[in-house]
Amino acid sequence: MSHFPDIAFQILQSVFVVLAAPLLMGWVNQCRAWLQNRSAPSIWLPYYTMAKLFHKDAVIARNASPLFRLTPYILFGCMWLAAGIVPVLATDLPFAPAADIIALVGVFALARVFSALAAMDVGTSFGGLGARREMLIGFLAEPAMLMTLFTAAFISGSTQLTTIVETLAHREFAIYPSLAFAAVAFLMVLLAENARIPIDNPSTHLELTMIHEAMILEYSARHLAIIEWAVAIKLFAYMTIGIALFVPWGIAAAGEWSALPLAFGALAAKLALAGAGLALLETLLAKLRLFLAPEFLSTAFLLAVLGMLTYFLTHS
Amino acid sequence: MEVFFSPLSGSLVVAVSWIVIAVLGLVSPGNALLARKVAFPLGALAGLALAAFGLQAVWLPAQSTTLPLGLPDLPFHLRIDPLAGFFLLLLGSVSAGISVNAAGYFREETADRLPLICMQYHVFLAAMAFVILADDAYLFMVAWETMALSSYFLVITDHKLPAVRSAGFLYLMVAHLGAIAILLSFGVMQGGLGDYTFAALRAAELQPPWATVAFLLAFFGFGAKAGMIPLHVWLPEAHPAAPSPVSALMSGIMLKTAIYGMVRVIYDLIGHVRWEWGMLVLAIGAGTTLFGVLYALMQHDLKRLLAYHSVENIGIILLGLGMSMVFIGSGHPAAGALGLIAALYHTLNHAVFKGLLFLGAGSILHATGLRNLNDMGGLIHKMPKTALYFLVGSLAISALPPLNGFVSEWLVFQTALQAPILQNGVVRSLVPLFAAVLALAGALTAMCFVKVYGIAFLGQPREPHHPPPTPRAFHDAGAWEQFGMAWLAAGCAVLGLFPSSVLLMLNRVSTSVTGHGLAAEAVQGSGWLWLVPTAAEQASYSPVIFLAVIVAVTWLTFLLVRRFYHGRVRFSDPWDCGFPQQTARMQDTADAFGQPIRHVFGPVYRMDRHLPGPDDPVPMYRLQIEDRHWYGLYLPVARLAEWASSKIALLQQGRISIYLLYSFLTLIALLVFVR
Repeated sequence: MSHFPDIAFQILQSVFVVLAAPLLMGWVNQCRAWLQNRSAPSIWLPYYTMAKLFHKDAVIARNASPLFRLTPYILFGCMWLAAGIVPVLATDLPFAPAADIIALVGVFALARVFSALAAMDVGTSFGGLGARREMLIGFLAEPAMLMTLFTAAFISGSTQLTTIVETLAHREFAIYPSLAFAAVAFLMVLLAENARIPIDNPSTHLELTMIHEAMILEYSARHLAIIEWAVAIKLFAYMTIGIALFVPWGIAAAGEWSALPLAFGALAAKLALAGAGLALLETLLAKLRLFLAPEFLSTAFLLAVLGMLTYFLTHS
Repeated sequence: MEVFFSPLSGSLVVAVSWIVIAVLGLVSPGNALLARKVAFPLGALAGLALAAFGLQAVWLPAQSTTLPLGLPDLPFHLRIDPLAGFFLLLLGSVSAGISVNAAGYFREETADRLPLICMQYHVFLAAMAFVILADDAYLFMVAWETMALSSYFLVITDHKLPAVRSAGFLYLMVAHLGAIAILLSFGVMQGGLGDYTFAALRAAELQPPWATVAFLLAFFGFGAKAGMIPLHVWLPEAHPAAPSPVSALMSGIMLKTAIYGMVRVIYDLIGHVRWEWGMLVLAIGAGTTLFGVLYALMQHDLKRLLAYHSVENIGIILLGLGMSMVFIGSGHPAAGALGLIAALYHTLNHAVFKGLLFLGAGSILHATGLRNLNDMGGLIHKMPKTALYFLVGSLAISALPPLNGFVSEWLVFQTALQAPILQNGVVRSLVPLFAAVLALAGALTAMCFVKVYGIAFLGQPREPHHPPPTPRAFHDAGAWEQFGMAWLAAGCAVLGLFPSSVLLMLNRVSTSVTGHGLAAEAVQGSGWLWLVPTAAEQASYSPVIFLAVIVAVTWLTFLLVRRFYHGRVRFSDPWDCGFPQQTARMQDTADAFGQPIRHVFGPVYRMDRHLPGPDDPVPMYRLQIEDRHWYGLYLPVARLAEWASSKIALLQQGRISIYLLYSFLTLIALLVFVR
């Protein structure tokens, strides 16, 4: 039972991520509204929207299969799992050895495959279109993400996210060219994977350009709420992965309750900055044509590979 | 421990009993029920027994024996060691599922054809068992050729169709090209001693150039059977032509005998693996992987698509083998053992999930008479059980956790991540690049199986453009067929959830073949729950915890939503952004789904596209995608052969005086040169 505090910490962190994720979404939306000179919605708006959706009756197409109704819960489960693996507040989580960075990418892939399958389930034209585009983005983003993570894995000699973060958090303050390449690649992957501009626009239902929204068109009420929640957790998880890899300072060790307030403050500050940065990027950039997306992502892939090669060149 | 049969005699009994079943099928012509209800289930039971003996052999020291059969002074040598035991386990366990399925699948076969199929099927199984058990080049080649011939006859089961006959011919030709190369490789390996037992080949010390020649011959010889580029062309032709259980056997197991041959010859018989060989294997493996998946994405014939995925998976196995050879050749046996284990693990995984997927394709074909994805749709409603098993197979082949495909690809990645220990800077930076290729291929596979599953099983039923000759009542697969699929689906789950026991088994195989296993830390760290390839702080993975968390959280979410809100549902028409007219024709087709890939990877394909013009009286869109290898390699070689034979044919004048002149000239030449 010596593990009890660690496990309590683990559960606490996962629940914190799940509950706080929509807040980050609200913050990004607020920042974007300010930057675009609109009056900003409340930061709590994502919560209100979800509460409203949960109360409604779900409308489901007649020919939907059980897969369609199961998928939102699977997505949510996958994202919750991801939230449990990523060291958000503290390293050395007891659950973290169950899945390393490759398994983490696998979790996101699992979620993507299920959402694409659910999109094709009803058999509408938009569903298939969204699924096809999502898989197109995915097949390029996934290897780029893996290569980014491999660079970090080579530096720390481990694929355990907690070990990586510990190594990187205690490194001497120096510029790692390989990490710089990896950071740029990671940012590009983050934008693509979370359906943000310039790959996808989360705030429109423009038929010809939408990707993520096209996949979830047939969902309503509680299913839609759960999916939106899962999307928020995904964005949160990606941002915390980026923070853990590239600016890990301030993170607490497991069970170290005294370091928690500092870790919490550091995380909040970093996430606020990252969210504002995302809003700024989305304001400055325009959405790319769909067939420019592969070029965008292959650039990310090449940058990640370059980062890896740079590591080998500088550490021979 | 005293056992009734030793693994060797037990495996021998199983192989012989398969031959007996084959003969049994033949002596009762016209009795289809006997062949179907007795022979195939018995064959499946024999397969289970073989799996048990194989598993036992992995943990026992090698055994060998000599059978007084074959030519005078050239008896058959048999031997079972952990490597052979592992492949017998694969053969037995996977063929058990396929045989049970076959008992149901062949229910519509006519009485005169079925006993013949039954005979060829079981001879095929027995031949594969003998390939694995053989301990001399003679028996190996006899079994290898028996395997090729029996599978050839199975491929041309529907020999009345010209396409099937030509597919069979192509298969036979490539199989023999490969067999010649293997034979020559054995010839090089014996080093002039004339002793072809594997013990002698193992003992022969080859000069490095000769060892490389033997390696190249064996690699390309076995590669022809495995389906690596550029010798893969038979695979997408032969697999769709054969009946589905036969496709499952060929793709799931027969390709693996080629992997067995590679490991046996390169690691065991030649020995002294060189890293340069590994780089060649890696390069071809990477090409095979990408080629396979990119062409699979373009297919709309389900079985052809699966065949291209077999090409891809052979590439992944080659990537693992290549990394292993690079590490062993550079003096890092522990990392090399990890690569070998990853390759063998993927071999087993591919056998299980590809067998499952081919059986699923067979059930679809049976129930609907359709093979073209563009004619299917909404099958999940008509065939829910098949849909479930097919989903398991699709997730497994897409390398998604927590199923088995993920574990072996994870192990290949872990092998690649050992790259920093290599001294050679170029090799060290190249090895992770091959991991990048694997990552790309894995994601493309996921896309391809979203396409397959989404088009065939989900959505609305499409109107068939190529309707079957006889209309079918859409029904789910029969009990026999389902049992076969369920067995293999369970295999996908078990291999995915309990990887460390497989890892320990393969560690034993690796120790027996290369003399080296994993690092001691890895073996100690691997309980039933944790998979640890090198050391616990470097990497670990626990699929059971992984699955438990996802299931628990999913269930908890479901309960919470129901508890705090409600589960009310209203059913209506699909919304689809409010479009009023929605027909099944407006869904994506298989070709449409692959269109972005065609756009991004255009130069890879040889496309023949006809777009409708503005004043076409009958506007139509036609697209044909062909393999570049045909035009770049095979047709030039064929033309060259034709040209050479036409020149040689000039000698044949058909007049007796000319032939006498030839004899006279030959005689003169002999008198001049030989004396």
